[in-house]
Amino acid sequence: MRRTALKLALVACTALASCPLLAGEEGIHLIDGPGHDLTSSSCVSCHSLDYIPMNAPVMSHAAWEKSVHKMIDKFGAPIRPEDVDEIVAYLAAHYSG
Amino acid sequence: MLGALGGARSAEPSAAGTAADDVLVALPGKKPLIKRTFRPPNFETPLADLRQPFTANDAFFVRYHLAVIPEVDARAWRLRVGGPSTARPLELSLEDLKRGFERIALPAINQCSGNRRGLFTPRVPGVQWGNGAMGHATWSGVRLRDVLHKCGVQADALEVVLDGADGALLPQTPDFQKSLPMERALDENTLIAFEMNGRPLPHFNGAPARLIVPGWTATYWVKHLTDIRVQPERFDGFWMKGAYRIPTGAFPGARFASQETPETTPITQILVNSLVTAPAPDARLTRNRPAELTGWAWDGGTGIAAVDISTDGGLNWRAAALGKDLGRFAWRGFHAALDTSRPGPLAVAVRATSRGGERQPEKLTPNPAGYHDNKILSLALEVA
Repeated sequence: MRRTALKLALVACTALASCPLLAGEEGIHLIDGPGHDLTSSSCVSCHSLDYIPMNAPVMSHAAWEKSVHKMIDKFGAPIRPEDVDEIVAYLAAHYSG
Repeated sequence: MLGALGGARSAEPSAAGTAADDVLVALPGKKPLIKRTFRPPNFETPLADLRQPFTANDAFFVRYHLAVIPEVDARAWRLRVGGPSTARPLELSLEDLKRGFERIALPAINQCSGNRRGLFTPRVPGVQWGNGAMGHATWSGVRLRDVLHKCGVQADALEVVLDGADGALLPQTPDFQKSLPMERALDENTLIAFEMNGRPLPHFNGAPARLIVPGWTATYWVKHLTDIRVQPERFDGFWMKGAYRIPTGAFPGARFASQETPETTPITQILVNSLVTAPAPDARLTRNRPAELTGWAWDGGTGIAAVDISTDGGLNWRAAALGKDLGRFAWRGFHAALDTSRPGPLAVAVRATSRGGERQPEKLTPNPAGYHDNKILSLALEVA
């Protein structure tokens, strides 16, 4: 299931010839845990998952909440309001400084 | 489009101290660069590739905000120039640009607003760049103002809006568009460039044509340029109103009055800054063996007046020798011999002063996006 969600998102990206999916991106996987699948598939539709560990040292629960809302409000990320808490809790648990 | 993965580890520690995490990956047409993010692609130039006076095209840093980056066919490419504040809209091919306007070549620093964000203390979110979200190249093209004059700029013109071919996967994501105030758009040094270091722009640096705004940070240097619009009102796009902003009055530099609010204002000019290219930040020097400190200094377009170095942690300073002056938007080399006669720590500090009288500060000015890190450089060297 987990890999399937990720693969679907990556396939959607590569379907666009101009979306430069580089060899190596498929190798990035987030830490396992509750909320992993939802978080991976929500984020990977717009950007590679390396943004998450890159920013982890700077982040906290409050910072991830702000970040997820920015993705929805400013960048139009297709994340349902009822999914926000699970994504934020996952990111805060595994990717905080 | 699949690129080759040059999965080697960076051999050289970055100043961010993240050497263990620095992975070198080769984008198509590029040599292996420090991978910050795969998609959108954000790749940093390693320090070893910043030692030459001109940064090689295949080593030049790559920075994108959105993931859809079409390979533009230079023959089919057209640049549309118009907008409500022009009399005659134009559509230009690359040949039209090359034949119809005076050709200008200009050496200039291209520096990301967030260069060194990864070195900020306290750290801030964003792409965690080290020192290599910058490079120096000779840009060739035509003046934006010559193109604008051809379409008859009206007296009510306030801003020039620039759009490139890159875009987002989702239609609701704000397209990357920037604007410039008229005075900067009409500046004789603002170019539409199609060559970099005498060769066509690499795909990942904006082929077939990009904007060059010497002295201003790279956010305005729109790549894969497709549309130029002159308008009588402020441009309200996300990438002007919601990003690339600094606290009003916190930094020196040109003002972008039509975009300014009492709280924040767009980042504009590059601040005076320097980079040490040798020795490495934590090098051990051999006693009594000659050692030289070398690097580059630059600013937002006045040129470099002096570079001073200290070997006692900033108590005493002496002037470094300056290299050739390649122009006020170029970087300027500096070098100074280091005294290796006494063993022990050597606390080196470097500060540049611009011809405009700005000098690198001791502390950085905090700002939420982590821009403008130009504090005095410190290197903890050791003589043994």
